[in-house]
Amino acid sequence: MYIYDEYDQQLVEDRVKQFRGQTQRYLAGELSENEFLPLRLQNGLYVQRYAPMLRVAIPYGHISAKQMRKLAFIARQYDKGYAHFSTRQNVQFNWPALEDVPDILAHLAEVQMHAIQTSGNCIRNTTTDQFAGVAADELVDPRPWCEIIRQWSTFHPEFAFLPRKFKIAVNGAEHDRAAIGVHDIGLNVIKNEAGDIGFRVLVGGGLGRTPIVGSQICDFLPWQHLLTYLDAILRVYNRYGRRDNKYKARIKILVKALTPAVFAEKVNAEWAHTKDNETTLTEQEVQRVAKHFTAPDYQQFSGDDADYLAKRDSEKGFNNWAMRNLQAHKVPGYAAVTLSLKPTAVAPGDATDKQMEAAADLAERYSFAELRVTHQQNLVLADVRQSDLYALWQECKEMGFATPNVGLLTDIICCPGGDFCALANAKSIPIAEAIQRTFDDLDYLHDIGDLDLNISGCMNACGHHHVGHIGVLGVDKKGQEFYQVSLGGNSGRDASIGQILGPSFAADEMPKVVSKVIDVYVENRTPEELFLDTFQRIGMAPFKERVYAAAN
Amino acid sequence: MQRLIKNGEIIDETWHLLDKDATLDGLSNSDDLIVPLGLWLEHAHALKARDGGLGVWLDSDEQVEAIAEDLQYFQVVALNFPVFSDGRSYSNARLLRDRYQYPGEVRAIGDVLRDQLFFMRRCGFDAFALRADRNPEEALESFNDFSNTYQSATDQPLPLFRRRA
Repeated sequence: MYIYDEYDQQLVEDRVKQFRGQTQRYLAGELSENEFLPLRLQNGLYVQRYAPMLRVAIPYGHISAKQMRKLAFIARQYDKGYAHFSTRQNVQFNWPALEDVPDILAHLAEVQMHAIQTSGNCIRNTTTDQFAGVAADELVDPRPWCEIIRQWSTFHPEFAFLPRKFKIAVNGAEHDRAAIGVHDIGLNVIKNEAGDIGFRVLVGGGLGRTPIVGSQICDFLPWQHLLTYLDAILRVYNRYGRRDNKYKARIKILVKALTPAVFAEKVNAEWAHTKDNETTLTEQEVQRVAKHFTAPDYQQFSGDDADYLAKRDSEKGFNNWAMRNLQAHKVPGYAAVTLSLKPTAVAPGDATDKQMEAAADLAERYSFAELRVTHQQNLVLADVRQSDLYALWQECKEMGFATPNVGLLTDIICCPGGDFCALANAKSIPIAEAIQRTFDDLDYLHDIGDLDLNISGCMNACGHHHVGHIGVLGVDKKGQEFYQVSLGGNSGRDASIGQILGPSFAADEMPKVVSKVIDVYVENRTPEELFLDTFQRIGMAPFKERVYAAAN
Repeated sequence: MQRLIKNGEIIDETWHLLDKDATLDGLSNSDDLIVPLGLWLEHAHALKARDGGLGVWLDSDEQVEAIAEDLQYFQVVALNFPVFSDGRSYSNARLLRDRYQYPGEVRAIGDVLRDQLFFMRRCGFDAFALRADRNPEEALESFNDFSNTYQSATDQPLPLFRRRA
């Protein structure tokens, strides 16, 4: 992973010092609430329903064992002993005291971490595929490009006060595990026929109140021009994006209003002035960054480990886990392992300080001392020898990481919801738990197969409900919490926004509604179809009919 | 008297900033004036004929392209921040400096606070009319908030990756 040099380190230390001063001025009454607001937000500090919430950046989801231990320390020392991994590969602390935040940031800086631009109307943490660098279907490693974007966007003086927040995602694999279609900018790293690296550029995707899939404005941007082109997009957005209504301020509204073709023309006109300037990337810089992402010291294996395969045959529990929680690795004899943070009755993405310590420990012993955070709110050990998998599985079971449900219905993406968040219309965590309890038969879950169930407590869509195969949105109906269900969303390569099933439901109806939806799928599917395939073939009507049929 | 931060020092303000709806009526011939864009576009001829110094100010929803051909007439171009969280004037400042090579004073006016000064200077502002209720001496410290910068901007055209040892 990327290791700071003295420049990177100095900048995060400068930031800690700056924020310490700002916090002191706020506490002394020299900065008003309104003036402090964007300053604290650009350091990830929200004021939530019960206490401040601090969001710490995990750039593109990469974290070392040492950094994970520091998060555990902060959870213990400054919070209530746990932290929450978010859908944007970040981590959140729900209970820090405001006056402690400068100290927390200083602790983070000691291990090359920060909370810079994790909130506010600025360029946020760049996200990517959690299996970057190891996935068997990867074409180009996206991580060096993510780091290059991180540095370019950090304290960018022109774009610190954009009309609204701005999120960039990068994908370099055949499957899109970074959901680039629903980001302000989605970058698909590709190689052209000559073997040169470049980017397919999507712009104006997003969730929230106006869910929309991004439009392609460039089919091949040679890598040298990545940053000048991003500068051009951001400048057009900064100048012309709406600022009169925060619900219409995202770049997607501007792209839609102008049409993608006209937006692209404006970007190209701006870019014509700045293309080839000093911000044009150099081979030397790309090499400097890329050398941090070279392959670790893998052992040579000729193929799959025989003992591991035999154990899968003989032990059903291990096989269930291996089927769901392992990802094919590009190096023979290795696997990427997902540590599930989705056992029933725990808020999705939550981890205790002990679990974080344990995950760090597992990473050190099994996976070159590194971990990744996924946008499905799980953790990943990316480089585990197959011969170690059985032992690792047993340790995972002890620590509560072994729920064999990755990618299944109970691997729910869920925002903190009304239990924590001041914006939420409804609670989301209890809905997730009720659904998990209903689907407690593992064989049935495996039989249902790949299914993304996403829950957001309000239309800001932090739980990505629009792109869930089944999406659940908390709504407020005359002061009561209700839930609207959508079907057919998809965050993968052919991203799509789910369609609303019909009138919303009370909380206690939700498990039954999901059961009926699943029944319709199971009754109608062909042997090779997953939920999404069946939905796309038979459409909404059969689901609607079943769910809203009069009880008899 | 309003004070101004300019080139790292605090000086007394000698220019008069005219309101957005100002007219030519009763304008002093010899004072140094910063006029709103609308007045300039309508009465450029008359304003050029005055003896006093001339500057123009743009609101955050006005674009520097409107004065790109006229820059030779202005000693000051002031860019307004109606609220500090409106970031459009940062882009206007960079275009003035980087694209139109404007050599005169680029002044930040409006809701100008110390925590934005570092970014403003990077974008080519060299004068800062700090909000009147704030202490400019203390604000000077903010120019030292960061000891280095990653990206190219008006103050440093070379991004860090072209300067890294």
